[in-house]
Amino acid sequence: MDLENQARIKELAEKYGKDDLIVVLGGAEAEASGLAAETVATGDPTFAGPLSGVSLGLKAYHMFELKDQVDSEVYEEQVGMMEMVLNVDEIIEEVKTYRK
Amino acid sequence: MNYPVVKGAAYALIQANGMLFYQGTTQTQERRKNGVSEHLEKLPDHLRSFEEAVSYAPNQVYIGNLNPDELKGIPRPWFQHPVPDAQRDGRFGEIMPEDEFIGLMKIVDAFDLVILEESFQVRVKEKLAVHPFLKGIKDFEKINKNPGNQADIYKLTASDSAQPIYFDGQLVGCVKKAHEFDESLSHHVMFENLVGKASAVFALKLLMAKTGLNPEEVDYIIECSEEACGDMNQRGGGNFAKAIGEMCGCLNATGSDTRSFCAGPAHALVEAAALTQSGIYKNVVVLAGGASAKLGMNSKDHIKKGLPALEDMLGAFAIHIGENDGVSPVIRTDAIGRHKIGSGASPQAVMTAIVADPLDKIGYRITDIDRYAPEMQNPEITEPAGAGDVPLANYKMIGALGVKRGEIVRADLLKAVKSFGMPGFAPTQGHVPSGVPFIGYARKMIMEDNITRAMIVGKGSLFLGRLTNLFDGVSLIIEKNTGVIDTGFNKEEVRGMIAEALRDLAKSLASPAKR
Repeated sequence: MDLENQARIKELAEKYGKDDLIVVLGGAEAEASGLAAETVATGDPTFAGPLSGVSLGLKAYHMFELKDQVDSEVYEEQVGMMEMVLNVDEIIEEVKTYRK
Repeated sequence: MNYPVVKGAAYALIQANGMLFYQGTTQTQERRKNGVSEHLEKLPDHLRSFEEAVSYAPNQVYIGNLNPDELKGIPRPWFQHPVPDAQRDGRFGEIMPEDEFIGLMKIVDAFDLVILEESFQVRVKEKLAVHPFLKGIKDFEKINKNPGNQADIYKLTASDSAQPIYFDGQLVGCVKKAHEFDESLSHHVMFENLVGKASAVFALKLLMAKTGLNPEEVDYIIECSEEACGDMNQRGGGNFAKAIGEMCGCLNATGSDTRSFCAGPAHALVEAAALTQSGIYKNVVVLAGGASAKLGMNSKDHIKKGLPALEDMLGAFAIHIGENDGVSPVIRTDAIGRHKIGSGASPQAVMTAIVADPLDKIGYRITDIDRYAPEMQNPEITEPAGAGDVPLANYKMIGALGVKRGEIVRADLLKAVKSFGMPGFAPTQGHVPSGVPFIGYARKMIMEDNITRAMIVGKGSLFLGRLTNLFDGVSLIIEKNTGVIDTGFNKEEVRGMIAEALRDLAKSLASPAKR
């Protein structure tokens, strides 16, 4: 996960607390999305960024999982094409793993 | 209308294991962080030999010896299926070993910053002296002058006054800082800029050697890498383009640098097309050298997965855009795609702006383009790093856009992708994969009537510069030349105009004068 994003998420978690905070991912691939979910949950597994050894315990959801929470027109406009192209089930399955 | 044409393209690769290990940012960060690094200990075992790099199928595609479609027939992983009898010389370019390139860095160094150890310098000079077109390069004699000894070179690098140059695990030279305090002229920056300059010089010399372009006929050079040269008062002042042209005998050329991350080359091609179509210049070269910082960028993932360190290649290219010659494929300047500031950032908005909007301008459908060349990164490099198959993702997006526009039936999406797509074969050198690696083949395939048109798509991640979150993208269509050159004088049109004027005159004589 991008080191700058790690720093921003860490800062937001410190500012707003972990209880009312979720991370929304837009990764195009299962492994990378899972890695991001893992990073915000238990820490940076690559030990490269600010979340190395920092377990924020945040829950991450991929945008595909939040389809019902979003205006359908907006979803179609912003995500519709990628939903057609990417391996949605594989991505969701991988991201879910880190919320258990 | 006379469209500008693609008159030629050349491609250079340089295998650079020493630079990967000592100058690649993944490795320099690791070295800074950890005194003892497992990654740095394991890395040498994963470096490829020059022969392995030459016989690597994607590299053979890049220099023009295998076409991208042939790559589809070679089983993955490609590094386990070397191309038999592979040559360093290619139809469009060449693969150079690191020692020769280090020698070239010294030749192109105008400020005596590169010092090479004496015996190494002699060896490299012997190799470059027999290189078919580098032996005659301007300032070749520099490779005979001012050698260093290993103790002095070591002292300079150990005292942070110079960036080390390693070949085959040995310290063979260094690049000194160009100013005592100026960070823009530090040894680190000078090293990267000299790598960029030397590799672009190599690509331009290749373009001249492979296409017969006369250096004195070049009017303008646009350099579109991702480096910046300047000093502390103007960090990106420039100008790589003229520095590169100077080394290649382009005495009548001027030039400038264009930047937009990985989309830079596509912007530069549009600029070159406009300059030639307007008649301001007849011959424009768009070129860029390679980036040592990106060598081994994903090597941690590659090593973890037991792969060779595949990002060991510096990439460079040079493309000649000229006035319509009635033969070479044209650039459709009436259908340039661009991601506007107000286009929006969703993948759909980006693809619509770059791919669909320009097609609409000239009444084409998605399927009217025979080949799309978006970011052509080699998937064997990006997949282990979690970035997926970048060209394939782009092709699927283009296909999905076709489905949304009703031009492709949803069930045929993958069939369409197969028809207009190609496997990625370019090294992950940022600006290098972005559409341009296919231009040589596009020209050849169009001229041999294998395809009619191709779209080159450049995309850039501007957020990396931390000034904007905007995305960037530019596209252009290259199409078969109709063979008709507009001379600006159309006999039939003039005849028609005279006839009309005579008719009007006759009418006015026949009718009574109005008062």
